[in-house]
Amino acid sequence: MSLLTLENVTLRFGGLVAVNNVSFHVGEGEVFSLVGPNGAGKSTVFNLISRFYDPAEGDIKFEDKSILKMQSDQVPSLGIARTFQNIELFEQSTVLQNLLVGRHRHRKSGLLAELFFAPKVRDEERRHRAVVEEVIDFLELQAYRDKYIAGLPYGVRKVVELARALATEPRILLLDEPASGLSVEETQDMIFWVEDIKKQMGVTVLMVEHDMNLVAAVSDRVLALADGKELAIGTSAEVQSHPAVIEAYLGTGGRIGDD
Amino acid sequence: MRFVFKRSYDADIKLFKHRPQALWYLALLAVMLALPWIIDEFFLGEATNVLIWAIAGMGLMLLVGHSGQASLGHAAFMAVGAYTNVNMMESGIPFILSLPLSGIIAGVVGVIVALPVLRLHGIYLAIATLAISVLTEDFIVILEPWTGGVIGLVAPPIDLFGYEMDRYGTPTAFYFLTLLVTLLVLFAYRNLLRAPLGRAFTALRDSEISAQAMGVNIMRTKATAFGLSCVAAGLAGALLGLFAGAFNHETFNLVLSIQLLLMIVIGGLGSIHGAFFGAIVIGFLPQFIAISRDGISNLFGLGSVTIPGIESGVFAVILISFILFEPLGIYGRWVKIRTYFELFPFYRKNMFKRQKSYLKTERMR
Repeated sequence: MSLLTLENVTLRFGGLVAVNNVSFHVGEGEVFSLVGPNGAGKSTVFNLISRFYDPAEGDIKFEDKSILKMQSDQVPSLGIARTFQNIELFEQSTVLQNLLVGRHRHRKSGLLAELFFAPKVRDEERRHRAVVEEVIDFLELQAYRDKYIAGLPYGVRKVVELARALATEPRILLLDEPASGLSVEETQDMIFWVEDIKKQMGVTVLMVEHDMNLVAAVSDRVLALADGKELAIGTSAEVQSHPAVIEAYLGTGGRIGDD
Repeated sequence: MRFVFKRSYDADIKLFKHRPQALWYLALLAVMLALPWIIDEFFLGEATNVLIWAIAGMGLMLLVGHSGQASLGHAAFMAVGAYTNVNMMESGIPFILSLPLSGIIAGVVGVIVALPVLRLHGIYLAIATLAISVLTEDFIVILEPWTGGVIGLVAPPIDLFGYEMDRYGTPTAFYFLTLLVTLLVLFAYRNLLRAPLGRAFTALRDSEISAQAMGVNIMRTKATAFGLSCVAAGLAGALLGLFAGAFNHETFNLVLSIQLLLMIVIGGLGSIHGAFFGAIVIGFLPQFIAISRDGISNLFGLGSVTIPGIESGVFAVILISFILFEPLGIYGRWVKIRTYFELFPFYRKNMFKRQKSYLKTERMR
C-alpha cells in the first residue's frame, strides 16, 4: 500500500524550476532513496513534504489524503518525521531535552495544567521519557544523555537528529543526507540502524543520500533526480547503470579517447 | 564534585537535583522570611523593590532568555498591570481578585499585541516593541478618565480579607505579599520549563524550522510566551504601582523598558537565577551610586555634588562590560566560579569556550 504519494509536483522559484513534474510513491515498510547531483531538488522535495513550500502544481498525499491544506506544524501529527541536511538541533539544550521536544506532537496537557505541573503532566512526562529512553538505547546515546548539543561532535549530532525524529514515533521517516560528514564506521552504523528502523520498528524511510554504499545497502527502490526532473527509478543497481543517470553525473561525450 | 545517581525518571523531573541543593534553597527562603527582623525599614523597602524587579525580570527572561524573542516594550505591560489594578481596586473589586486579574489582563493585551508584532524577527522585533514602549506614555495621557492623565493615580490601601496594609504603614506585610507573588511566579516558571511547553519555547529559540518540523505551532507558541511574559510583567506593574504609591505616565517610560532588558542581560540570559541577580543589581545600583557619591564627596570635602547622568553612565558601562567580557551575565560567572571550586584543581580556562549568548537579535534575521 502506498503511504506517501507525490503526483506531478512542480515548484518554481521565479524562473527556476526546482522540482519539475515529479511523481513517485513510497510504499508502507519500504526504504526509498532519492539520489542526484547537487541542486537536483532532492531536499526541496523534502521541504515540500514538510509543507515549508507550496507546490505550484500537483498534489502530495499521505495515505490517499492530500496534505496540501495542512500547515507545516501539523504534518508531524500524521506521523511524518524528518531530519535536516544541515543539522538543526536545539543547541542550548541537552540531548534528552532535544529528544523530548520530539514528543511534542503527543502533548496532551494544557497550559494551566503545565503551569501547576498537575499529576497528569507528571505521568505524561514519565511516558514521554520511557519512549525517549527506548530510542536512546536503540541508537546507543546513553553516554550523551545529559550533554549539551553545543559541545557534541558532528557525528553524534547526526545520530541525535535521527533519534529526535524517531522519538516522534513516526510512520514515515524523512532522512536528509543521514551519512553526510560521517566516517566510514559511522556510515556502517547508519546502515544497520536504517535496516533496523525498517525491520524492527516497521517505519517507512524516505532518504536523500549521496553515499551510494548506504543507498545500495538499504534501499528497496531508488529515484534519481537531476535539475528537478525524474531520470530513473528502480533498484539501486538499475539506477546506477542507467545511461541518463551516468550522463547527469559525468556529462556527455563518452569515454576519454573514444571518438 | 558531586555525582548524582539517578534511580528513576523522576530524578530529571524533580524541582531540585539533589537534597543539598534543596536545603540551600530552603535556607535562602528562611532568610527571606526572616528579613523583616534582620534589616531596617528602608532596606526592607529596597528588598521589596528588588523582588518586584525580579518578577518583571522573570517575565522578560521567559520571553528573551528562554523563547529568544527580544522585547523593549515591557514597561507598557507593567503599565497595563498597574493601571488596571488600581482602577479595579477603586471600583470595589477585592484585592485578592484585582491583582491576578491585572496580570491576566496584561497577558491578554500582550497576546493581542504579539500576534502582529511577533511576525518580525530579531532587531526588527526589538524596534517594533520599542515603538510600543514609546506609544505607551502617550496612550496613558490620552486615556485620562482611567489613568488620570499626566497627574496619574494614587494607589489606595490594600484590603486583604479585612486586613488593611500599604507600603508605608505596614512595610512588612507588603514585603510578604511581594514575596508570595514572587514565589508563585517562580514556581509556575520552573514548572513550565520542565513541561512540554517550556521545551517548545527553548526549541523556538534555538531553531524555529526544526521546532516546526517537530509539530510546534510557531505563532501560537510565540504568542503564548509573550502572553505569559506579560502576565508576570502585569503582576510586577501592579505591585510597582502599589509600591510607588503614586504613579503617572513617566513611571512607565522607555527607560524602564531598557532597564528591564539590561537587568536580564546583566543577570544572565537563559536562567531564572539571572532574573534575580539582575534585579539585585538594578534595584540596588541607584542607592549604591548615591551612597558612594556622598562618600566620595565627603572624603574630598566637595560638599554635595550632583553629576547629571551618572546613573545612566554607570549602567551603560556595566552593560557594555558584560556583553564584552561575560555574555552569560552574573549567573554565567557564578557557574564558572562554582565549577572552579568543584573541580579544583582541574578547572581548565577554556572549559566554557563553547558558551554563546542567547539573544537572537545578534543574528539580524
